[in-house]
Amino acid sequence: MPALKTLAAALLAAACVASTAAHATKKDDTLRFATDQAPESVDPFFNNVRIGVIIGANVWDTLIYRDPKTNEYKGNLAKSWKQVDERTLEFELREGIKFHNGEEFDADSVVFTLNFVGKADNKVTTQANVNWIEKAEKLDKFKVRITTKRTFPAAIEYLAGPVVIHPAKYYAQVGPKGMNEKPVGTGPYRVAAYVPGKSITLEKNTNYFKDSPKGSAKIGKLEIRFVPDQQTRMAEVLSKGVDLIMHVPKDQAEQMGKVPHLQVVSGETMRIVFLQFNTLDGAPGKALKDPRVRKAIAHAIDREGIVKNIVGAGARVLHSNCFPSQFGCTDEGMTRYKYDPVLAKKLLAEAGYPNGFETEIFAYRERHQTEAIISSLQAVGIKAKLGFSQYAAMREQVRANKSQISHQTWGSFSVNDVSASIPVYFAFEADDISRDAEVRDLLVRGNTSVEPTLRKAAYKVALTLIAERAYTVPLWSLPVFYAGSKELSFKAYPDEIVRFWEMSWK
Amino acid sequence: MSAFIAKRLGLAFLVAVAVSLIAFFLLRISGDPALAIAGEGASQADLDLIRRTYGFDRPLPIQYLDWLWRTVRGDFGDSIYFKTAAGPLIFSKLQTTLVLGFAALLCALLISIPLGVLAAIYKDSWIDRLCLGLAVVGQALPNFFFALLLIMVFSITLGWLPVSGSETWQHFVMPTLALGYYAAPAFMRLIRAGMIEVLEADYIRTARAYGLPAWRVILRHALRNAIIPVVALTAVQLGFLLGGSVVIETIFALDGLGYLAYQSITYKDFPVMQLIVLLLSVIYVVLTLAADIANAWLDPRIRVAAV
Repeated sequence: MPALKTLAAALLAAACVASTAAHATKKDDTLRFATDQAPESVDPFFNNVRIGVIIGANVWDTLIYRDPKTNEYKGNLAKSWKQVDERTLEFELREGIKFHNGEEFDADSVVFTLNFVGKADNKVTTQANVNWIEKAEKLDKFKVRITTKRTFPAAIEYLAGPVVIHPAKYYAQVGPKGMNEKPVGTGPYRVAAYVPGKSITLEKNTNYFKDSPKGSAKIGKLEIRFVPDQQTRMAEVLSKGVDLIMHVPKDQAEQMGKVPHLQVVSGETMRIVFLQFNTLDGAPGKALKDPRVRKAIAHAIDREGIVKNIVGAGARVLHSNCFPSQFGCTDEGMTRYKYDPVLAKKLLAEAGYPNGFETEIFAYRERHQTEAIISSLQAVGIKAKLGFSQYAAMREQVRANKSQISHQTWGSFSVNDVSASIPVYFAFEADDISRDAEVRDLLVRGNTSVEPTLRKAAYKVALTLIAERAYTVPLWSLPVFYAGSKELSFKAYPDEIVRFWEMSWK
Repeated sequence: MSAFIAKRLGLAFLVAVAVSLIAFFLLRISGDPALAIAGEGASQADLDLIRRTYGFDRPLPIQYLDWLWRTVRGDFGDSIYFKTAAGPLIFSKLQTTLVLGFAALLCALLISIPLGVLAAIYKDSWIDRLCLGLAVVGQALPNFFFALLLIMVFSITLGWLPVSGSETWQHFVMPTLALGYYAAPAFMRLIRAGMIEVLEADYIRTARAYGLPAWRVILRHALRNAIIPVVALTAVQLGFLLGGSVVIETIFALDGLGYLAYQSITYKDFPVMQLIVLLLSVIYVVLTLAADIANAWLDPRIRVAAV
C-alpha cells in the first residue's frame, strides 16, 4: 500500500509538466485553498486543529498583535496596555470598531468573552489557552482590567494568539454552538458560508478598521475546502482546482517546484523535534538511566546530514529543547553533541554496553525521520525497534511509563514563549519522564515572574541542565512546504498561520 | 418459505448485534477516546473531566449496553467532534453515498454485462482473454490507485473533470468509475460462466435452429436466463459498494458517509463511528437477506436445504 501510494504520487508529479487544465481564479478574485483537516467548530475556542487557528486569525482579532517579522507586540483591538502588578493588566481599547454583524466592539466584548472562556465549565478545548484568566472587568466603555490566576508572564503572548474577542451580545445569545453555525468576528475576513466538514467561504471585510496592524485584506474572496487525501490536494493544485496548499512532503514539493504554473515556498515552523528518554524508575530500558548512554545516542545521530537530506529546506538543527524565537529560549553555552560515532561507541563501552543494546523508539509522525535515526543508532550498535502509532496512543504509553525512547514533536500552540514548551516535558506534568526537581524549580521560577531578565536567567539554567544531563536530544525544527499558483504573492511564517489578508495577486 | 424468511431474519438480527458489539470493543481498545478528545498537552484533570462527561470511566459492557439501549430508543447521541446530533449528521451524508453506490453499481453492470457476454460468445479466443484480463486488472488494482490514475489523466493532463468535491454531476464521474470498475469483475465472471452454460443448452440450440438472429438468441433467450444469479449478487455488491466507498469518498473529498466514517476514525468520534458501522451493517444484512430470499424464490432447492 505505501509503495503504491508513493508510485501514485510519483506519477502525479510526472504528469505535472503535461498539465493543461485552466481555471482562472485571479480573474474572479477568489483564492481557493485546500487543507486536510476540518475544524470541529469554527469558534476558535472550540477546536484544536491548525486550520481552526488559521480561520481564527483571519476572521477574528485579538487585543494585541505580534508582528511575525519582528516579534514585536502591537496594539490591535487594544490601543495600549500596561502591567499594573504581577497579576493585573489594563487595556485601553480602540473605538469605532464594528463586528461583522454590526455590533459595536467595546469593553463588554472583552469582558464577556474572557469571563466566558476562562470558566472551566464552558469547556474550551485547549484549557492551557485560557485557564490562566481569573477575571476581566470593565473600567469604562473602552477600558478593561484583566486579572490572572497566578503570575503569568506569557499572558500578552496568549492575548496576541489564541484568545480572540467575540461580540458580547451575539455570543451571550447564541453561545459556541451558534458561533460555529454563524461565525462573527471583527477580522479582515468575514464568513460568508460554512458547510461543516466540507468547506468555508470567507469574504473581505470592507469595513475593517484602518488602524489594525494586520492591514486590510487584498483578495476579495476565499474558499477553504477540506480535502483529506494528500495526493488529491496535490492533484487539485496541479490541475488549478485550488491556488494554494500547505504541508506538502519535501520530496513532492521538490517535484512540484518544477511545474511551470506553481511556486513552492518553504518556511520553518515552531514545531520542534526531539528524542525523549524515559529515565523514571520501573521504565523498560534500564540502559537509558545512564547519562553516558543518552549522550552516546546524541553523538550517534548525524543531525546536520538528516536535516540536509531528509528534513529539508527551512529546518535547522537545534541544541536546546525549545524553538529559538520563543521568549526565554537560548542555546548559548549549552552542551553540544556533535556527530561523532566513535565517541558514541566509546561512551557506550564505558557504560558497559560495548556491543550496544536493544531498545524501542515510539513515534507518531515523520516516520522517515525516525527510520533515519534508527539507522544512525544501528551504526553504533544500538538496535532500535520502531513502535509507530497515533499520537494519543503513543502518549498513553509514555504516560504509563512504558516508553524507552520517544520521537516527540511539539508546536507550543504557536505561543512564542518557552512557558508553552519546556514545562510540558520538565515541570512534573504528565509528560515529564525525567522528573528532575532542580529543573522543575527553575522552570517554576521562570513561569511565575514578570521580570524578563529573571525569567530568562531561570530558563537558561534549566535548559543548560537539560542539555548537560541529556534528558532529551533536541533534533531540528520542522519545515513546512507550501505549493501555490505563481500568480499569488504569499509568505510563510514559523507560527504556521496562513495570513490570507496579506496575500495578493501578482 | 415463511420459515426460511423467519430463520434468515433471526440470523440477520444476530449478525447486526454481533457487528455492533465487535465494532464497539475494537474501537474502544484502539485507544483512550478521552486522550484523543483532549488533544496535545491536556492535563490529568482535563482528562478526568472528559472521562466523566462522556461516561468513559464506566466498565465497557455497561457502556455498550447503555449505547445499545439508547440506540434502540432512537437516541443516537452527539458527535464528539462536530458537536451536533449524530443521527441527523449521518443521514445528511447518506444521499451522496447512495448516489455514488447506485451509480457505481450501474457502472459495474454496464462494464460487466457486455464484457461477460462477449467473453462467453468468444470463449477461449483472444477476446475472452482480453475480457478476463480486464477483470483481473480490475480486481488486482486497488481502487485508490485506480482513482489516482483517473485523476492524473482526466483532471491533470486533460483538464476535463474536477479533482474533488460533490457540487456537480461531473464530480461524481471519476468516483463512480473507480468504485464501479472494482466491482465489475465479480459480475463479469458470473455472467460469462452463466452464458457459457446457457449457450450450450438445448433450447438455445433449438432457437438457433429456428433461424432466429444471433443477437436475439443471445440477448432475449440466453442472457435473460444467465442473468438470474446476477440479480442476487447485485444486492450483495450494492452493500459492498455503500460500505466500501470510504476510501473513494476520502480521495475525492465527496461529502458522504464514507468520508464521515474516515473523519470519525481520525478524530476518534466514537458515537458517529458506531452509528455508521451499525447503519452499514444493517444495510448489508438487509441486502444479503433480500438476496437470500430472491435466490430461494428463484431456486427452491436452496430454501428446502436451509429450513
